[in-house]
Amino acid sequence: MSIRARFRLDRSGFSLDVDLDLPARGVTALFGHSGSGKTTLLRCIAGLERAAGGYLDLSGEVWQDAARFLPTHDRPLGYVFQEASLFPHLSARGNLEYGRKRAKGGIDAAALAHIVALLGIGPLLERRPDQLSGGERQRVAIARALAVKPRLLLMDEPLAALDLARKQEILPYLERLHEELDIPVLYVSHAPDEVARLADHIVVMEAGRVVASGPLTDTLARLDLPIHLGEDAGVVLDAVVTERDARWHLARVVFADASNIGVWVRDGGHAIGHHVRVRILARDVSLALTRHSGTSIQNILPGVVEELADDVHPAQALVRLNMGGAPLVARLTRRSAHDLGLSPGQIVYTQIKAVALIG
Amino acid sequence: MQLPRWLLTLTALLFSISAQAAEVNVAVAANFTAPMNAIAAEFARDTGHQAKLSFGSSGKFYAQIKNGAPFHAFLSADDETPARLEREGQTVADSRFTYAIGTLVLWSAQAGVVDAKGDVLRKGQFNKLAIANPRFAPYGRAAVEVLTGMGLLDSLTPRFVQGENIAQPWQFVSTGNAELGFVALSQVMRNGRISGGSAWIVPSKLHAPIRQDAVILAAGKGNVAAVALMSYLKGDKAKAIMQSYGYEI
Amino acid sequence: MPLTDADLAAIWLTLKLASVTTLLLLLLGTPIAWWLARTRSWWKGPVGAVVALPLVLPPTVIGFYLLVTMGPNGPVGQFTQSLGLGVLPFTFAGLVVASVFYSLPFVVQPLQNAFEAIGERPLEAAATLRASPLDAFFSVVLPLARPGYLTAGVLGFAHTVGEFGVVLMIGGNIPEQTRVISVQIYDHVEAMDYAQAHWLSGGMLLFAFLVLLALYTLNPTGRRK
Repeated sequence: MSIRARFRLDRSGFSLDVDLDLPARGVTALFGHSGSGKTTLLRCIAGLERAAGGYLDLSGEVWQDAARFLPTHDRPLGYVFQEASLFPHLSARGNLEYGRKRAKGGIDAAALAHIVALLGIGPLLERRPDQLSGGERQRVAIARALAVKPRLLLMDEPLAALDLARKQEILPYLERLHEELDIPVLYVSHAPDEVARLADHIVVMEAGRVVASGPLTDTLARLDLPIHLGEDAGVVLDAVVTERDARWHLARVVFADASNIGVWVRDGGHAIGHHVRVRILARDVSLALTRHSGTSIQNILPGVVEELADDVHPAQALVRLNMGGAPLVARLTRRSAHDLGLSPGQIVYTQIKAVALIG
Repeated sequence: MQLPRWLLTLTALLFSISAQAAEVNVAVAANFTAPMNAIAAEFARDTGHQAKLSFGSSGKFYAQIKNGAPFHAFLSADDETPARLEREGQTVADSRFTYAIGTLVLWSAQAGVVDAKGDVLRKGQFNKLAIANPRFAPYGRAAVEVLTGMGLLDSLTPRFVQGENIAQPWQFVSTGNAELGFVALSQVMRNGRISGGSAWIVPSKLHAPIRQDAVILAAGKGNVAAVALMSYLKGDKAKAIMQSYGYEI
Repeated sequence: MPLTDADLAAIWLTLKLASVTTLLLLLLGTPIAWWLARTRSWWKGPVGAVVALPLVLPPTVIGFYLLVTMGPNGPVGQFTQSLGLGVLPFTFAGLVVASVFYSLPFVVQPLQNAFEAIGERPLEAAATLRASPLDAFFSVVLPLARPGYLTAGVLGFAHTVGEFGVVLMIGGNIPEQTRVISVQIYDHVEAMDYAQAHWLSGGMLLFAFLVLLALYTLNPTGRRK
């Protein structure tokens, strides 16, 4: 079960050349700076952009090859644009019904009600788009895309046009979708925090080319990632809540890929056994050769140095560590790395200053 | 003291040049376009006066003259309009006269369509009959008079296509959109001969004469060129030109 | 009643001509405006220029060429004759054809502006919601272009009512076929019947004002919700 996409497109001053094999489940982020071609790729997949000689199949069903080009309206997909692009002459309900009526085997009333509830747009249905806030419009647009019962959901930076507060308003809905949807989602973004929260897979693009592609955790832990994340460099790990400390309002989460290795985080109210995601930025990790005591840092874990690499600035280095199966990336000065005599295979203590619980 | 002879000659010359510089703005009926251009050229050569010509329909000229148009003389397509202007005090008294009598012709751009007696009208084998609007155009009125006399008016009225002045019926016929039309002989005659197609010159006894009157307008009072043009129109040279275009005098 | 039967016939004919012309123009102008609004073809310039020609040309030029081309010796005339339709000058159908050409820019340009203002995005959104291009045109473009259609319809109608030079050239002043109001007024003036001319002219003036007033009131430019 996979999505295979191969496109070449030449425009003046820009060319797209990709050959991808993506999992047909979960959320795949198409990540890159603006102008890297991620939106163009998404439009090619939607059939909005006609790449001659392209190829696209969804789990074996061919949408485009040398002989055929399924027009957009015949592709069973949902598309969320950067601006909501609701039809201004229709109410929110009219917008939802527009696609639902036209889709063969569209969702039934109960499923529509479920989507409406999931996105919290029940009270908005009779309003016109110009009576909705930006965040509300985008939620209606997402519901509209889901109402055609797509087999692939394409989202083109659905949060980029919103301010921070609206973004925070929508992200929980998107996370809920992530948990509930059983269709693959391609999510274009240039914001590392959105990717960290939502994606399972990541495709990193630069200048119309794919420069990295793979599971989110592994890919973000690569030190040779050609795209420079700067302050956003770090790892995202899936974890499970195993313990809650009511007195100090802390919860212990254990990394999914590691045997009983975990960290203490602020208690987000999740029940024990709940799956969560944590994000640990490289700048928040420091290393020590011995286990320190008398420090404010709560999370000190042993790990094995796997790889060292130069960072962008010549003063800094990145170190990838293996925490009993879970990866971690630390940023330190090259002098520190030299003074500590770090080398692959060495056991060190990682001191984690901050862990963000992201859902 | 006696002036030198050469100075006298020069003075006389200067006077004659200033007399030559006189101009007259003339409103001319559309049917008289071709002869008037020729007459004006001769007029300028013979008298030194310049006649500046504007062509159009008599009804439009009437409206313009009533509203202050700077015409000094008016060569109408009919006799009524100048008479009306005279009654309304827009002319120089006693200047009105008939400068030409128009000749009506039934004309087709194709050879062999119109016979020498106009029987084609009785046979009725044609699509459209172009005429000038009889409500105000003298050639249209004459055409209706001819058809009435022949007892054909009612049967042919449905085939009328009307022009707003005499230029339009000629246009309709010459482009073939109407197979026949009543036009002014002056429009199809060059050098005393009908220049193309086939035609029946309607005998003048079949309709009231198409008197074309000229008049000096109030604005032309005291204009020597206007007076000169009026008398020139009565002269032999002008008459000869008019005749070559098919006008009776 | 200050208006004669002939005047009333001219008014009725004019309204009929303007209605038929406007209807045809909206049908014909829609695909032309749509194509002009969206094409990137080299032909956009030349086609746009041809459509705009009547804005610039004197009506007499249009009328003269229509008379020549639609006449029995002209290419259009040859074609209509070969179809057994006869020739178009001096017929109501001929006036309709001339008016359609004459008023074309007044319909195409507002529609083209409306289509261009809608842009690509609503069509793309419709396509991702399973609407075929034709479906999207009727369900999205037409409702969104409604102000453009109102403007186009009113301007096309009013401009046809005000047509004179072209009708003069190819009409032949036939009662109930080609004698429209403007020609009737011209005849009144030519016949020095100024009272009748005033009644019709005053009516035209009032009509034109009311039409434009309606246009500016119902469809103000720059309206933004």
